Amino acid sequence: MSKLTCRLAMAFTAAFGAASLASAPARAAEPMKAEVIHWWTSGGEAASVKVFADAFNKAGGQWIDSAVAGGEAARAAGVNRIVGGNPPTMMQFNTGKQLDELVNNGFLVNLDAQAKAQDWKAVLPKAIDEASIRNGHYYALPVNIHGQNWLFYNTKLLADAGATEPKSWPDVIAAGKKVQAAGKIALAHGGQSWQDHLLFDAVLAGEGGSALYMGVYGPEPQAAIHDPKFKHVAEMFKQLRDLMDPGMPGRNWNDASSMVITGKAGMQVMGDWAKGEFASARQVAGRDFGCVVPGAGGYVLGGDVFVFPKLPGATGETPAQAKLVDIVFSKDIQLAFSQKKGSIPVRTDVDTSSLDVCAQKGAAAVKDVARQLPSTSYLISPDENGALNDVVTQFLNTPSETADDFVGKFAGAVKAAG
Amino acid sequence: MAEITGDAAAARLKARLRSQGPAALALFPAMVIVVVAYLGAMIWTIRLSFTSTKMLPVLDWVGFQQYDRLFHTERFIDSIGHIVVFGILFIAGCLLLGFLLAVFIDQHVRMESAFRTIFLYPYSMSFVVTGLVWQWFLNPGLGLQKIVRDLGFGSFTFDWIVNQDMVVYALVLAAIWQASGLVMALMLAGLRGVDVELWRATRIDAIPAWRVYVSIILPIIAPMVVTATVLLATAVAKLYDLVVAMTQGGPGISSEVPAKFIMDNLLERSNVGLGSAAATVLLVTVIAALSPWIYMQAIRTRGAHR
Repeated sequence: MSKLTCRLAMAFTAAFGAASLASAPARAAEPMKAEVIHWWTSGGEAASVKVFADAFNKAGGQWIDSAVAGGEAARAAGVNRIVGGNPPTMMQFNTGKQLDELVNNGFLVNLDAQAKAQDWKAVLPKAIDEASIRNGHYYALPVNIHGQNWLFYNTKLLADAGATEPKSWPDVIAAGKKVQAAGKIALAHGGQSWQDHLLFDAVLAGEGGSALYMGVYGPEPQAAIHDPKFKHVAEMFKQLRDLMDPGMPGRNWNDASSMVITGKAGMQVMGDWAKGEFASARQVAGRDFGCVVPGAGGYVLGGDVFVFPKLPGATGETPAQAKLVDIVFSKDIQLAFSQKKGSIPVRTDVDTSSLDVCAQKGAAAVKDVARQLPSTSYLISPDENGALNDVVTQFLNTPSETADDFVGKFAGAVKAAG
Repeated sequence: MAEITGDAAAARLKARLRSQGPAALALFPAMVIVVVAYLGAMIWTIRLSFTSTKMLPVLDWVGFQQYDRLFHTERFIDSIGHIVVFGILFIAGCLLLGFLLAVFIDQHVRMESAFRTIFLYPYSMSFVVTGLVWQWFLNPGLGLQKIVRDLGFGSFTFDWIVNQDMVVYALVLAAIWQASGLVMALMLAGLRGVDVELWRATRIDAIPAWRVYVSIILPIIAPMVVTATVLLATAVAKLYDLVVAMTQGGPGISSEVPAKFIMDNLLERSNVGLGSAAATVLLVTVIAALSPWIYMQAIRTRGAHR
């Protein structure tokens, strides 16, 4: 299908949103204005995005903040504006298959010049570097890295129950049993489908190993899914259900974190954004709470990126966009941002000794190529990811479903969405 | 002869134009909106459901591929089952409870307006608020179960919201709590329209009150019952926010509903083709459910004209 018909079709969808189209040329006339769509709306997140805004304003720009609560809503708003002809200057996005569609329709500017000048290839972790490239060109600017398979635990509670820091998933179950024997909830879990999937991926990476993880989410998944090791992972995952409390379904992740903070529960598996909750309760990493990536497998990397839509009337990158890339990627801004956000800098050449213990562990893991594992949002489409959320949450919540049933459904969902 | 009828027809047309022209002109914008926004969007959705569209519209033709996938998706099939159970229990429950509340208030109780306000109050809240409130109330670790257990009844269990087999009933409970006040208001309006003489007559005949309500009053307020049913039925078809706020479709997928499947696929999962197919199935189902009623209405109007 030609690009023109595609645009026409999309213009129809966005017909009502495009009412503001008329104002677009006026915007292009003022080069250093930058409108940014992002979904960093919570307290800590808003403080961290302010690091970028302040730096850009100091450099003579004018940052126009368009925060939209919720990733999907923000992405939908951004995409609608792009196809409606009134794109933002910079937009937070996901580097999954969603990026492919924007790139293939020619909506984004490529960032090759700056990537070369700043030597992205050398300083970015390999998995993140590969995820930013489409058809041999850079189309996404990586901002930060979030580790997604952390186990956080209440140090005092574990010590009182006679358990030590779990190094593997069988250890987690053993420690959990001890915590339960001491009358506490072993694993604080938020039973929402994305969290169930996050937990499953943590077990898959830790117990199944990196090769199995990459196989399951790789281009030829069926063989890996029918590997007996995958079934073993499923069984291990299901055992974790016994460590959770009955009030788990529907719980928010931050409520689960607060259960660990207040000493109601011993452990929680979550991405490192959970550290924000611990920090706001004045808990110190390594003293009040511990963090560990269980298992021998890799460190599951997620993170945020910015993309730069082609602006009306511009052929490539505008000066404002170039300035934004420079600012976001500069070393001191990277560090300042991650300190506030709880993430780690995306550049491996930043000195992370000022970050907390967990972030330093994460930064060390990221530097080791063998331990880098991209998160599912890098590897599979949102469609497939969602379908797998359904399969995983159903397995965890249905006592009668066996690991064999699960393997069959998982394989079916991958095939249908692939 | 023919000339005269022709003149008469022209005059009639002119008169009709004069009387109806301005009205048609005034209604024109509304008509355009209906055609473009509603019909247009509907046709666009149906068209997209036959394409391989993911995030951005692609106008290819893949036949019934999306529908094939849809009807092999366990979550969608389950969703239909849940909405049927929810719909029947919700509508029946609201009608029954709403009617009983209206009858109660119609006894000219003291502080009638206070009761009326209390019963109608939940309806002024959005489904999202209702969902959150009931989520807390039913949460086994926070709400009712914990309170009763703290009072000393250690084995008391009320865990519908985290129980796969019961969670749909938890949704029904919250929805009835919200909507029965509206039914009460409608029914009460109907009851107040019933002639007082009728009551006197039944009292003279010594007919028991329940019998009067069932055999005489209910048929009189039948239009109110129909109105309430239609209002409740639309709430069933678009059930989404209550589920999102209360259970997020869980535990597992045991409280998923079709509207949530559609929204998830349109937005979060960037799978517009499948979402459109599900929306089309929902549309066809609603039309199929409504057609006997529309047909009946048509017959009735034709009868009235004759």
